[in-house]
Amino acid sequence: MTSKPRKQIHLAAHFPGVNNTTVWSDPRSGSHIEFDSFVQFAQIAERAKFDFLFLAEGLRLREQNGQIYDLDVVGRPDTFTVLAALAAVTDRLGLTGTINSTFNEPYEVARQFASLDHLSAGRAAWNVVTSWDAFTGENFRRGGFLPQDQRYERAESFLSAARRLVDSWSGDEILADKRSGVFLDAPRPGRFAVHDNHFDIEGHFNVPRSPQGRPVIFQAGDSDAGREFAAASADAIFSRHGTLEAGQAFFQDVKGRLAKYGRAHHELLVLPAATFVLGDTEADAQEQAAIIRKQQVSGQTAIKFAEQLWNRDLGDYDPDGPVPDFDPLLGEHTIARGRASVRMYTDPIAAARLWRELGAARNLSLREVIIEVTGRQNFIGTPETVAGTIDEFVQADASDGFILVPHITPGGLAEFADKVVPILQERGSFRADYTGSTLRDHLGLATPARESAEPPRRELAGARSAS
Amino acid sequence: MPEPLHLAVALDGSGWHPAAWREPTASPTSLLTAAYWTDLVQTAERGLIDFVTIEDSLGLQTDNSIVHAAPTDRVDRVQGRLDAVLVAARVAPLTSGIGLVPTAVVTHTEPFHVSKAIATLDYVSRGRAGVRVKLSASSAEAEHFGRRHIPQHRPADLATPEVHQLVSDLFDEAADYVEVVRRLWDSWEDDAEIRDAATGRFIDRNKLHYIDFQSKYLSVKGPSIVPRPPQGQPLVSALAHVDLAYRLAARQADIVYVTPPDSTDAAGIVHEVRAEQADAGRIGDTLHIFADLVVFLDSETETGADRKARLDELDGAEYASDARIFTGGAAELADLLEHYQQAGITGFRLRPGALPDDLTRITGALVPELQRRNLFRRAYEASTLRGLLGLARPANRYAVSEGATA
Repeated sequence: MTSKPRKQIHLAAHFPGVNNTTVWSDPRSGSHIEFDSFVQFAQIAERAKFDFLFLAEGLRLREQNGQIYDLDVVGRPDTFTVLAALAAVTDRLGLTGTINSTFNEPYEVARQFASLDHLSAGRAAWNVVTSWDAFTGENFRRGGFLPQDQRYERAESFLSAARRLVDSWSGDEILADKRSGVFLDAPRPGRFAVHDNHFDIEGHFNVPRSPQGRPVIFQAGDSDAGREFAAASADAIFSRHGTLEAGQAFFQDVKGRLAKYGRAHHELLVLPAATFVLGDTEADAQEQAAIIRKQQVSGQTAIKFAEQLWNRDLGDYDPDGPVPDFDPLLGEHTIARGRASVRMYTDPIAAARLWRELGAARNLSLREVIIEVTGRQNFIGTPETVAGTIDEFVQADASDGFILVPHITPGGLAEFADKVVPILQERGSFRADYTGSTLRDHLGLATPARESAEPPRRELAGARSAS
Repeated sequence: MPEPLHLAVALDGSGWHPAAWREPTASPTSLLTAAYWTDLVQTAERGLIDFVTIEDSLGLQTDNSIVHAAPTDRVDRVQGRLDAVLVAARVAPLTSGIGLVPTAVVTHTEPFHVSKAIATLDYVSRGRAGVRVKLSASSAEAEHFGRRHIPQHRPADLATPEVHQLVSDLFDEAADYVEVVRRLWDSWEDDAEIRDAATGRFIDRNKLHYIDFQSKYLSVKGPSIVPRPPQGQPLVSALAHVDLAYRLAARQADIVYVTPPDSTDAAGIVHEVRAEQADAGRIGDTLHIFADLVVFLDSETETGADRKARLDELDGAEYASDARIFTGGAAELADLLEHYQQAGITGFRLRPGALPDDLTRITGALVPELQRRNLFRRAYEASTLRGLLGLARPANRYAVSEGATA
């Protein structure tokens, strides 16, 4: 094969969310709420020339057995507000926020992202997520209004509406000529209209076009519908595929879907989430990783995980004993309402059988089985081997880069930034410095062309004649 | 020693006069940049101003600030703005003493989102956050959301029973909205995060509370996803011109902005607000009554009156406002503020006619004048906005006091 230029790796830093990745009991683990933690985390990422920082979101505190879940980090600040504040203490780092398309309205979200893009001089990105559940809906005006099978349809409509809104300004409207007194080239800018199954909105958007035109769009669903949504509408897709082969298969699959939307391979980046454990030697790293996994899956946590599969209270069960020999309860999931994780188990009885077989074959306790099956440490090794593996994944088209989540907040990222990044830079696979100023620049994405902010003319005929 | 005055500055675009963007010192092409807002707020902070408010709306700017009309057809006015909460957040890390009070429209938005946004603003500003709640009676803004119909109406229509009922309902909804926002701020007790490695518990879940709010307008379960903010309860403020609005403020706000044309009217409004406060059972609570004034201050080269006249001519109309318009020098303005103070007004929200000029006159001339009269601080005396306004950190409504029995 002829030599081609090295593919450039994209790296992002995920501020840890409310799950068991974070070992909060570690004395080095800091606040997940105080702004200083976010500043420190963002500045480490920017020092290492990362593409962007990523924030997750959840709009209802997790519950299990009808009680607020208390074993993991609980609570997080508001996404938009933190990102806008971080724009003040960073200069180049992209700012990616997860914002729900079910419990928001396009006008508000579009103006928040357009505002963030202005206030960060072109660094805003939106990870579009959906939910449908009535559990989360209890915190919002409309409650659980959306049937599950319509959540991607609403997300598509929402995103399309938001795109129309931000595209409603061309960017040339503001003349601001003090002498002639002409501020706008024409009255009533930002005209838009959206009339579809989910939205019936029209009027004037009030945020002029932002530096990136549109925020960068991320999508995180791994389902067929989620992949299709990403291929049609997103600039990057998150995934979680641990092995090289699984990553390559996913990469092939989603990139293969682009052509029918008239899009090229480089227009959708595949960025899996990944954890890492570094050590002075391979053995040291493996030992560290095993300790961390045990911290992440305590006996109590193991029982909670098992309850999500078995869909029943296992509070009296011994996590150091064998995998339960009875079947999960089928039917409506009542033990952990609103948890995304319970949806992974499409066939709980088969999943439980696999867990039992794994436990019997390797003589593992329930907790040890859960440590195995929920394993998340992707990169374990010395800085050299981890850098080598990451580079190999990207060069072999298993991904375009990684979104890294450390298990210690906020300082856990520093080890990677200081030890692994320089090796990737030396290999010529990762930027030595930023070459552009916007997130689109970092990700190699072109500024999008504007779409018409208006539906077919007939719907607007009356409104338009006024101007 | 006289009671010190509180001063806030209301930031909006290039200033409150519609032609202010044409001033030689104006920066009309920078209104969407972080640097523009940072400069203004830092200037206000150097003047030891209690807080800035930042205007916002869910539609294009209109000519009438009281009841929203349709967008204007004029092309000689500033159009377009940024989300005020995000502007405040962007400025927060670059300031340290001044309070940040963005406007949040409560009619089409979610109290859950606004509560967590202002709580987070309180975290990123280390206790300097507030919010000015505003309702929207605009049919155009309602169409941006498509969730409810608000008929087109003019200010004069307020006298009709239909429009009065509509607006009255919007105020009741706003009161419920603020109640939800406030309950969510209290839905975590201060010491709920325990990080107890021995028992494996990150929080003491008995210190998190469902708010279970249910009304005709809203139903919200809680708790918030954000722990209780540094101030416990960030400041809530509202602009009020009519009795309905006084009632909302008396029920739910820490500060009400009122628009008395003179000090006699001020006394009447203060009386009305205090009566509503008593009716709301909040007689012991601090409720500040700030008078809003649009100010055009004399500079070394031009009187405020001349500047206003010049801007009026550029605009082709005499500037009118819901608030009293002051033109003159700093000493004269200080006299006026004292008069209002004697009528029971506790602070002022000054709307600069043009930015940055009238802001720099406020900080450079009015503030020193008030300091000479011992009516204004010489340094920030507290690190939180509540502290600056003489409000204690409130107890949590859900906390069970030590030793209390169930």
